[in-house]
Amino acid sequence: MTQLDTQDPILAEITGPTPGQMLRKRVFGHQGLMIGLVVLVILTLVAIFAPLLAPHDPYAQSLMTRMEPPVFLGGDWEHPLGTDHLGRDYLSRLIYGARVSLMIGVIAALISGVIGTAMGVAAGYFGGRVDMVVTFLINVRLAMPVVLVALAVVAILGGSLQVVIVVLGLLLWDRFAVVMRASTLQVRGREYVAAARAIGASTPRVILSEIMPNIANNLIVVVTLEMAHAILLEAALSFLGLGVQPPTPSWGLMVSEGKNMMLFEPWMVLIPGAVLFVLVLAINLMGDGLRDVTAPENRS
Amino acid sequence: MSNASASAVLELRGVTKTYHVKQGLFGTARPLTAVNDVSLSLPRGEVLGLVGESGCGKSTLAKILLGLEAPTAGQVLVDGEEIGAQDRMTLARRIQPIFQDPYSSLNPRKSIFDIVSLPLRVHGIGDRAHWEKEVRSILDIVGLPARVMNTFPSQMSGGQRQRVAIARALIMKPEIVICDEPTSALDVSVQSQILNLLGDLRSEFGLTYLFISHDLAVVEHLATRVAVMYLGRIVEEAGVAGLFDEAAHPYTQALLKSVLTPEPGLGVPDTQLGMAYPNPIDPPSGCHFHPRCPMATELCKTTAPRPVETPGGRVECHLHDPQSPMHNPKAA
Repeated sequence: MTQLDTQDPILAEITGPTPGQMLRKRVFGHQGLMIGLVVLVILTLVAIFAPLLAPHDPYAQSLMTRMEPPVFLGGDWEHPLGTDHLGRDYLSRLIYGARVSLMIGVIAALISGVIGTAMGVAAGYFGGRVDMVVTFLINVRLAMPVVLVALAVVAILGGSLQVVIVVLGLLLWDRFAVVMRASTLQVRGREYVAAARAIGASTPRVILSEIMPNIANNLIVVVTLEMAHAILLEAALSFLGLGVQPPTPSWGLMVSEGKNMMLFEPWMVLIPGAVLFVLVLAINLMGDGLRDVTAPENRS
Repeated sequence: MSNASASAVLELRGVTKTYHVKQGLFGTARPLTAVNDVSLSLPRGEVLGLVGESGCGKSTLAKILLGLEAPTAGQVLVDGEEIGAQDRMTLARRIQPIFQDPYSSLNPRKSIFDIVSLPLRVHGIGDRAHWEKEVRSILDIVGLPARVMNTFPSQMSGGQRQRVAIARALIMKPEIVICDEPTSALDVSVQSQILNLLGDLRSEFGLTYLFISHDLAVVEHLATRVAVMYLGRIVEEAGVAGLFDEAAHPYTQALLKSVLTPEPGLGVPDTQLGMAYPNPIDPPSGCHFHPRCPMATELCKTTAPRPVETPGGRVECHLHDPQSPMHNPKAA
């Protein structure tokens, strides 16, 4: 290359930050996103390191110390959050329960994300008959009440962690399909897609390297929302006794086990309810934040 | 076709593209003929300007030439070989597009290096060192410094982006470049830079252009031949000098009147076309142009004109057809 003239008008303007730098700046400048992210990271670490953090074995029963109140209600530090009706340490069960909730959220969102994204992108990209079939399937799925179908399936197959994950994964793909279809339709008409096709790029290549990167931001937002959705549904199913089976520690199950004592020992319901609320709130804050920082109208 | 010359690098024979448009939820699909029986021949090294109003089928024609849409009828020949018979990879090496909107034609998630080297990567030519060398050299040719390789489209201006799009189109050294309004999204000052660049590249690489535009001034600057399109049909085709000096078709004459002159005080010229562009689903009978034609006769409303050879090219108008019933009413 020859020596570049810095006065050249062609060169003058190529100085702005890269898209990556701008994204980083927006992410760290977004309060809700940061709060959600920090809470989620803490809960994830707690779930991963549960064996190190839990003060007691979550399955160890002790009939001598049943239903001891938490510290702030006059209990002692041996059981900071008290014990349940079988004398199991409540804090340890909460910590192990985070594993169940997060695992269900992540895996169910992953399964439904793969199904819904494949269907939505195919419908948006190919259009025509494919689109008609996918739209029909989405409508069929939307006509089914998730909780009732999940209840029926779990009642037939029996409740277990694996069954709940698979059932939720196979039921929650509708929003992925709807959003991915609309995003793909929007991106498909861009001229860079036509340019890639004119270059001779194959259809998988066009979809994976031209379309997917431009709809990934929407995908991430839907993933977070569906994670929260799956976690709440697991809690609901466990509460109804059709989700994770005892003695596995699950927040929904803890609420369910505490409900008999609700009038006398309300903390037994309130504590798992509160952590469930915090987890779902953190995920939703993060999803909202991600939508904000990746929304096109936020781009300069 | 009688005017098929052996040196034509691109030839269209009776190319027609019909879409079926559904009106409303329960409406029946009605045919929309976007491109209607278009025959063109483009000799090597020439620049054919294709002009017409928005919606006349210019961009559909471009998509057919790029192999992105299949014609409903007719043939497109590249170097004498039909487009449908060639696989997309071969076609991609011969014909490349430059699109209208440089803000939409570059993937915002990819660096300039990724965008410009994509053709080489898709066709599996060379390794990374080779790609870098090629990208460097093509960027230099289109007037961009090598350091833009690591930047993203959002960091560039419209003119710079269009240079990137040109670099991507030329990196495989195609024979034909389809320019679909390459300057209409750019500032006037940048337009001339891009046009001059396209002109220079043509002589440097011996390129053949199909230059689609609605701006006759731009076409006059670059084209050697001009085809005027109206409602999917080529209504007139002539050499650029001939067309601008003595346009035969009334539509071409009206278009020429609409070119903005730099003279102040003249205001926006009146095309005298009056009525709006007709709905392509429901084209007018006879000559499609008759509702807006200042010289239309009763004959034009009923009978479509046939193409007539003129000294410089071809025109579809009863006024210029010596055999038309218009000129010898007894034969009608």
